[in-house]
Amino acid sequence: MDRKILLENIDIPGIQSFETFRSCGGYLAVEKALKTMAPDEITEEVKKSGLKGRGGAGFPAGMKWSFIDKKVDKPRYLICNADESEPGTFKDRYLMEKIPHLLIEGMICACYALGANTGYIYVRGEYKYIIGILNKAVREAYEAGFLGENILGTKFKLDIVVHSGAGAYICGEETALIESLEGKRGNPRIKPPFPALVGLYGSPTVVNNVETLANIGYIVNNGGEKYTQIGLGRSTGTKLISACGNINKPGVYEIELGVSVRDFIYSDQYCGGIKNNKELKAVIAGGSSVPILPKDLILKTASGEDRLMTYESLSDGGFVSGTMLGSGGFIVYDEDACIVRNTWNLTRFYHHESCGQCSPCREGTGWMENVLHRLENGEGRSKDIDLLVSIAAKIEGKTICPLGDASAWPVASAIRHFRHEFEFHVQHPEIVKNVNHGSLAKYVG
Amino acid sequence: MLKVTIDNQTIEVEEGTTILQAARLIGGAIVPPAMCYYSKLKDSGGKCRTCLVKVAQGSSRDPRPMPKLVASCRTPVMDGMVVQNITSPEVIETRKAIVEFLLINHPLDCPVCDQAGECDLQNLSYQNGNEETRFEEAKRTFDVIDIGDNVQLHMNRCILCYRCVYTANQLTDKRVHGILYRGDVSEISTYIQTDISNDFSGNIIDVCPVGALTDKTFRFKNRVWFLKPMNASRSCTKCSGKVTAWMRGNEIYRVTGRKDQYGEVEEFICNECRFEKKAVSDWTIESPRNIKRASVISQNHYTRLKNPSVILPLEEKMGKSPYGETKSINDKQS
Repeated sequence: MDRKILLENIDIPGIQSFETFRSCGGYLAVEKALKTMAPDEITEEVKKSGLKGRGGAGFPAGMKWSFIDKKVDKPRYLICNADESEPGTFKDRYLMEKIPHLLIEGMICACYALGANTGYIYVRGEYKYIIGILNKAVREAYEAGFLGENILGTKFKLDIVVHSGAGAYICGEETALIESLEGKRGNPRIKPPFPALVGLYGSPTVVNNVETLANIGYIVNNGGEKYTQIGLGRSTGTKLISACGNINKPGVYEIELGVSVRDFIYSDQYCGGIKNNKELKAVIAGGSSVPILPKDLILKTASGEDRLMTYESLSDGGFVSGTMLGSGGFIVYDEDACIVRNTWNLTRFYHHESCGQCSPCREGTGWMENVLHRLENGEGRSKDIDLLVSIAAKIEGKTICPLGDASAWPVASAIRHFRHEFEFHVQHPEIVKNVNHGSLAKYVG
Repeated sequence: MLKVTIDNQTIEVEEGTTILQAARLIGGAIVPPAMCYYSKLKDSGGKCRTCLVKVAQGSSRDPRPMPKLVASCRTPVMDGMVVQNITSPEVIETRKAIVEFLLINHPLDCPVCDQAGECDLQNLSYQNGNEETRFEEAKRTFDVIDIGDNVQLHMNRCILCYRCVYTANQLTDKRVHGILYRGDVSEISTYIQTDISNDFSGNIIDVCPVGALTDKTFRFKNRVWFLKPMNASRSCTKCSGKVTAWMRGNEIYRVTGRKDQYGEVEEFICNECRFEKKAVSDWTIESPRNIKRASVISQNHYTRLKNPSVILPLEEKMGKSPYGETKSINDKQS
């Protein structure tokens, strides 16, 4: 259960450079794709592989590619979404920093499959140093003849442009990213039409996450069939999990989908258990947007089975007793964590990052932050808890883009699973005002 | 032609029609309210979320319901679509929530706001809002900025519908204002404090659904319900010259575009007509403007003659009415 696809060669010195990457079997996928495969064959292989989008939503990548409008007489674009801003997620950064050519190799294959002659890598504004790394890698690929005109002697031409964002979380939403790339204000567009039909500059566009594209090379080399043998059931392949929080070994791990959550947290191969031998309290399994789960529900599903790191197992039980794999930002809280403070912190983030375009998200996120701030500082009343539930329900599903949902889910789930802690904050204003939030767990019991 | 059923009323519409437009073709109580959509402005809509409706059946080919509520102003009709607006408790509940969201940071200064009486947000909250607020915090405020001699900006009142941005984009040759910042602190502002002056910039007042953009030449001069809106016209080289002159006695207090029953202007007018021509002698006053019965502006002004036959016997006794045909005044009244 520990086969690796993406980080296989990560420890080879100099893998950042083109020569080393090439000597380790890099860019073979490009040769195979361009010389022996038709574009639609690649799409078929990706479909067969069952590769799901690694950005968070988990939409099948091959399906997304097949939606692209190939009949319309317009240029087509591939955009690599490297605007990784979800709190708790730092896997793409690792990938781009350590092995940038893997992404470029995947992008060339993807562009060939889609018939796109321009690819963009939209990098998060805060990842300034990565832009240099990517630009160097792109330059090397040009020099080696893998980018530019007549790649490998075929008629296929491709340019890849590295573009820096300006530090907005919302630009990780694909249509906001497109707007931003066009030079406009990063407001999400109203869908439909989806980018596959009307995307960048009104042309058919596919937006894929860095990790999704990095998987394409393997699929082209080994076939979709082989890819499905990795992983468990419909969750095929591997997943980068960026683990952080109160664990002994925070970091980026490539896991084969199907590892149990218990193993992931406690085994020495991965997180290595909770820091300072404390108790596990709660886990946010897939980046800050997904529902938080308490210890008993993250280790076992409501029906008593072991919870596994797969798309299906983590979402088992819906939002009542489940969560989502999301983007793979695995945040672990030990017994000392204050859920109210943590929820307030997350809400503050969403309030700050809301684009302000549609009213429920613009007004609701700030309102939730205010109420949670009040609760955390011992000024809350018992009706505030129900008020929060009500606001979250009124934002969820009513907004243009998923940021509204992402701001509502953490609040709703925190109250669903940790209502006693919110009530404690209301009932003991003096204690929560004076006692360090970390020690609160003792009082809550 | 596509068949669509909205609140159990079926209508045939052309392809590309949105649910909201189809509802307006049916008319009446089933028309969803719209705070940001403006049929004359391309790409407008989808932002305020007051027009959310439930699609109970996507189309006759794919009868599944849509998973979320959709913005009726931006969702095109499919053949066989079944839409629920006021017949869906979920939609009504959502609309209530949206009104609450729009109002939490909106100042309660209606008594001193020039827009009062013709404010879309006022109407919306009367129809769909709660009686009391659950929001207890301080409302967000902005620094006051001056955007020129003609238009007064009250950013505190803005609901960020983007209509004025689209107007400036699509009507004038150069847009100098837009949205700065993001989230609930985003604000309408000009590019490094230039003023908005352009032949057609005054139209941003007409499209504003609230009192965020008001007419400086009319500021605090009068309440709209004391004025009589009259159709007036003049020959203008820049625009059609067809306006509404808001009169009290023999004075024109302000000039606006002619608004239809959904609060949208029939034609955009130029700044010269709007701000400079305030003398009765500038205009040919044609007839009183038709105002919705429900509007406070129509109070004590006109009553619709529902059954002209009551008048006719009078006419026989008294001879021809000196005021011409009574019917024609209110032809288009809704």
